[in-house]
Amino acid sequence: MSITTDDVFAIARLGRLRINDKDASHYAESLTDIMDLVAQMNTVDTNTIKPMAHPQDVNLPLREDKVTEKNCRDALLQIAPSAEKGLFLVPRVVE
Amino acid sequence: MRWECVIGLEIHVQLKTKSKIFSGSSTAYGAMPNTQASYVDAALPGVLPVMNREAAIMAVKFGLAVGAEINQTSIFARKNYFYPDLPKGYQISQFEVPIVGAGSIDISVGEKTKTIGITRAHLEEDAGKSLHEDFQGQTGIDLNRAGTPLLEIVSDPDMRSPAEAVAYLRKIHTLVRYLEICDGNMQEGSFRCDANISMRRPGDELGTRAELKNINSFRFVEKAIEFEIERQIEVLEDGGKVVQETRLYDSDKHETRSMRGKEQAHDYRYFPDPDLPPLVIDSDTLADIKKSLPELPEEKTARFICDYQLSHQEASLLTVDKTTAEFFEAVLEKDSSLTAKLVANWIGGELTARLNKESLTITESAVSAESLALLLSRVNDNTISGKIAKDVFNSMWETGDAPDNIIEAKGLKQISDSGAIESIVDEVLARSVTQVDQYKAGQHKVLGFLVGQIMKESRGKANPAQVNQILKQKLES
Amino acid sequence: MLHTLSLVDLASRLRDRSLSAVELSQHFLDRIDNASKLNAFITVDPEQVRTQAESADQILSTGDSHVLCGIPLAHKDIFCTEGMKTSCGSKMLDNFISPYDATVVKRLANAGMVTLGKTNMDEFAMGSSNETSWYGPVLNPWSEQRVPGGSSGGSAAAVGARLAPIATGTDTGGSIRQPAAFCGLTGLKPSYGRVSRYGMIAFASSLDQAGPIARSCEDAALLLDAMSGHDPLDSTSVNNDPSTASAQLANTISGLRIGLPKQFFEDGIDPEISRAVDVAIETLKSLGATTVEVDLPNSAAGIPCYYVIAPAEASSNLSRFDGVRYGYRCEDPVDLADLYERSRSEGFGAEVKRRIMIGAYALSSGYYDAYYLKAQRIRRLISNDFDTAFEACDVILGPTTPTTAFGLGAKTDDPISMYLNDIFTNTVNLAGLPGLSLPVGFDNAGLPIGMQLIGKFMQESILLNVGHQYQNVTDWHKAIPQEYQA
Repeated sequence: MSITTDDVFAIARLGRLRINDKDASHYAESLTDIMDLVAQMNTVDTNTIKPMAHPQDVNLPLREDKVTEKNCRDALLQIAPSAEKGLFLVPRVVE
Repeated sequence: MRWECVIGLEIHVQLKTKSKIFSGSSTAYGAMPNTQASYVDAALPGVLPVMNREAAIMAVKFGLAVGAEINQTSIFARKNYFYPDLPKGYQISQFEVPIVGAGSIDISVGEKTKTIGITRAHLEEDAGKSLHEDFQGQTGIDLNRAGTPLLEIVSDPDMRSPAEAVAYLRKIHTLVRYLEICDGNMQEGSFRCDANISMRRPGDELGTRAELKNINSFRFVEKAIEFEIERQIEVLEDGGKVVQETRLYDSDKHETRSMRGKEQAHDYRYFPDPDLPPLVIDSDTLADIKKSLPELPEEKTARFICDYQLSHQEASLLTVDKTTAEFFEAVLEKDSSLTAKLVANWIGGELTARLNKESLTITESAVSAESLALLLSRVNDNTISGKIAKDVFNSMWETGDAPDNIIEAKGLKQISDSGAIESIVDEVLARSVTQVDQYKAGQHKVLGFLVGQIMKESRGKANPAQVNQILKQKLES
Repeated sequence: MLHTLSLVDLASRLRDRSLSAVELSQHFLDRIDNASKLNAFITVDPEQVRTQAESADQILSTGDSHVLCGIPLAHKDIFCTEGMKTSCGSKMLDNFISPYDATVVKRLANAGMVTLGKTNMDEFAMGSSNETSWYGPVLNPWSEQRVPGGSSGGSAAAVGARLAPIATGTDTGGSIRQPAAFCGLTGLKPSYGRVSRYGMIAFASSLDQAGPIARSCEDAALLLDAMSGHDPLDSTSVNNDPSTASAQLANTISGLRIGLPKQFFEDGIDPEISRAVDVAIETLKSLGATTVEVDLPNSAAGIPCYYVIAPAEASSNLSRFDGVRYGYRCEDPVDLADLYERSRSEGFGAEVKRRIMIGAYALSSGYYDAYYLKAQRIRRLISNDFDTAFEACDVILGPTTPTTAFGLGAKTDDPISMYLNDIFTNTVNLAGLPGLSLPVGFDNAGLPIGMQLIGKFMQESILLNVGHQYQNVTDWHKAIPQEYQA
C-alpha cells in the first residue's frame, strides 16, 4: 500500500490540516510504512467475526429529562479567542 | 413523452424535551445567545455526552405510530465534518442502525389515497446557529440550539407531485403534534424539511437527484418543488444533465440555487461513537410506550365519522390537530343535547376565523369550550337565533362575559311569542304593498325580502322559523 | 526523609499531626524546583498548593478526614483542572485555562489531596517517549540520556525522582505501564470503565483509562480506590461495587494460577528482561503460585489493529480543536478555511497530525471496511483470546516492554519502531482489561525492568494483591535513582 503526496493532501484536507510540499513527501513515506504495518491485519481470517466497537458489553445509561445546567456563557466566552455580544466570532461564513 | 418527478422528503423534527439530547441544558426557544450552552454543548476538552431518556421514548412513539419496526438496539455514530456551529467537529447521529426502521403512512390528495413509505427515522443532535449579521464582516456563533434532540424522518422516494409532498408533510406535521413529541413550529425551526427531487421518463430508473434545503413553510415546499421540477425539465430537455448537488430555495426570488461555499462531495467518515454504548429499548419499556400512545389522527377521524355522524371532510377538519378535536369533544361533553354538526360548523366557521384573524391557536382561544357550549345551548333552545349568536360570540370574545349575561344585557332574546311576531308581520306587510302583490302574482322570491324586513324590524330577534310560517299564512290567506 | 515514606506512613503522620500538609507539600515543591532539568512538570502553582494544603490541614485537625487527606500528588496535564492551565502537552491548548475539574481531579480534591502541579506528557498522549510534547522531552531520572517513556512520561519521571509521592496517568496503549517500567515504578491501567473519563482529554475513547503511577502496589491501591467509581457524567463508566483494592492486598496468593503466554516470551525480547521476569516468576512460585502456559494466538495483530482504532477515534476526537471556541487560533485568518487549517497545522505537532491523517484515512469512504471494520473484528479475536486464556489461569504475566528505556532521539524519526514499544501492552486496552506494571530488576546499564500482570475484567484488586505480595519479599520498588535519594 503506497500513499502518494496527493493522498496526503486529500487526507489532510479531511482533517483540516495544511501540509506543505516538503512535509507531504515526508508524511507520504511514514504513512506508507504505517499502512504496511496495518496491512498485517490481513494475515488474520476474520470472515465470521463480529466487529467489536467497544470493550464493554453494556447498554447506554439514560438520564431523566431535566434541566440541570445553568448559564455559563461568561466562563465560555472568557476563554474564546474572539467573542462579541455574547457570540463566538469567526471569519465570515459564505453560504 | 412526459416527465415524471420523483420526490423524497427528509424531515427534521425537533423533539419537545425540556433538556438537550446529551446534556442538561435547556432547549427553550429564544434565549439570549449562548446562555443555554453548557460545557458539553460547547465541546470543551474532556466533556462527554449522556443520553436523555425522553428523546428515545419520543422517537419510539413516532415509530410505533407509523407502524415501523423499532430497533430495540440502535447505535449512535459520529458524522464528521467541520463547521463553526458544530462544536465537536462531528454530529452525533445514527447511521447503520437507527432507532426507527421501515414504516409507512397514508396520504390523501383529492379523492386519491396513497401509501408513502418511511425508510427510517433516526435520533441526532441539532447544530448551533451561525448569525451572519454584521460583526465587522465576521460571523457570530450561538450554541443555544446545539444539542437539541432531532428525529430525522426519511421517506421513500414515493411522491410524484408537489401536492403529494405537501400532503405527506402535513400528515407528519399533524402526527408529531398528536404524539406531543414536537411543537411543529416551522418559523422557529422546530419542523424543517429537505426535499430530494429527480426526474425520469415513467418506467425508467431513478434519475440524478438534487437536494433542496431551507424550505420552511408548507407554502414554500410546494413552490420550491414546482420550481425545481421546471428547472430540471428544462435542463433535461436541453439535452443537459442534472447535477447531484444541494440547492437552496430562495423564497423572495422564488428560485433555487446551487449552494456555494459548502463542499459538494462530503466524506463524513461515520463510525460508532465510542462514548455511547448501544441504546437499548427493552421489551417492557416498548410495551409501556405502546400503551401510552394517544388516539392517532386516522383513528380519531374514523371515530368522529362513526360516533358523531359527521362527513369525512368535517371530521378531517376537526382532527387536523389534537387540540381542535379535544375542543370539539369538550363542547359536546358540556351539553350532550347539541348536535355534532352544529358544533363542527361553529368550530370550523366562527371560531377558526377569529383564531386566524388573531393568529392564535385553539388552546389560546378567548372563548373556552365550555362557554361555546353555553352559547350553542341558547341557539338550540331557541333563546337566540344563529345569527344573533355570532354577535354574542364576538362580545364573549371581547369581554369574556358569559353568553346569558350578554343576551340579557343587550336584550337579544329571540321573540317567539306569535302575537308579537304577528304584529311585526302585519306592520311590514302594510307598508310593502308592492311586494305583497308581486308574491300573489307568483313571484315567490320576494319572500326573502319580506323576511329580511321583518327580521330587521325585530332587530334580528324574531324566531325565523315562526316568521316564515306566519308570513306564509298571511300571504296565502 | 519524607519522600521515601509510603502513603500509609505519610497518612499516619498527617493524622497524628506530627507532620502538616503544608510542610509536606513544601518538601515536594522544593524537590520539584531542584529537579527542573527533568522537565517533568508543565505547570506548578505554589500558591495554590499552599491554599489546598492549608485547607487539608484544617480538615485533618478535625480528625474526620479521608485517608489520603493532605497527601500531595501530581496530575498528568491531560486532566482538566479548574482555573489552571490544561495543555495536554500541546501548543493547541497552551492558553487553555479549564473552567471545570475532571471527575478524577474533583474526587481526589474532595479526599483532601493536594495538587502539586500538572505533569509533562506526549502531545495529546500520542507517543511512547514523551518526546512529542510541545514543552520538550522529559528526562529519565535513572539516566538523563534516556526517555522516561510515554505518554505519561512527566508523571513517571516525577514519581521516579520522588518529586511527588504519587501521580495520575492515562493509558491508551501502554501510556501508564511503559513509563512505569522505564522509571522503576508501579503503574496500573484499570479496567475500562473503572475510572471516569469525564474531564480527561480524549485520545481514543474506547481505549483510554486513567490510573495511578506509584512507588508501590500499596500506594497504587489507595489511589485507585479514591479515584475510581461510577460517574453519571461518563456513559461508559461501570456502575458496580466500588474498588476495595487496599483491603485485599494482604490476601494470600497461594494457589494463584499464573498464565504465561508463549507469545510474550518469544525472540526479540531483551534477554536481560527475560531473565529478570523469570526470576520474578520463581519468587511468585515460592509464595504458592503455579504457572501454566497459555496461548494468545492473535497478539501479533494487536499493533496493526491498535494503529487503526486509536488514530480513527483520535481523528474525530481532535476535531473540536478548531480555533473557534478555545485554544490556539492562528493570527489574522483570511477566511474560515484559513482559520481551521492554520490553527490546526500550527497548533498540532507532527505526530498528532500523522495520527489524525491515519485515522481519517482508515475511516474514509472506500477504506472503512478494509481498515476500521477489519480492526474491530481483530479486536474481538484478541478479546476472545484473553477470555479463553483466563479459563486456565487467574492472571497473565509477561514483560511490560521489549526493551528498557531507550535513548533520547533514538526513535523520533522512526514511528514504526516507536509504535512497537506497545507490543505487550496495547492488546490489554483493546480488550478493556486491567494491567499492572511493576519493577522486577535492572539491566546491566542500571535501567529498571518492568513486568506486566494482566487480570480479568474488574479484577485489578487481584493484580495489586499479587504485586503487593511480591513487593513484600522484594526491594526493587524501593530503589531510587542515586541523585534523588537525598
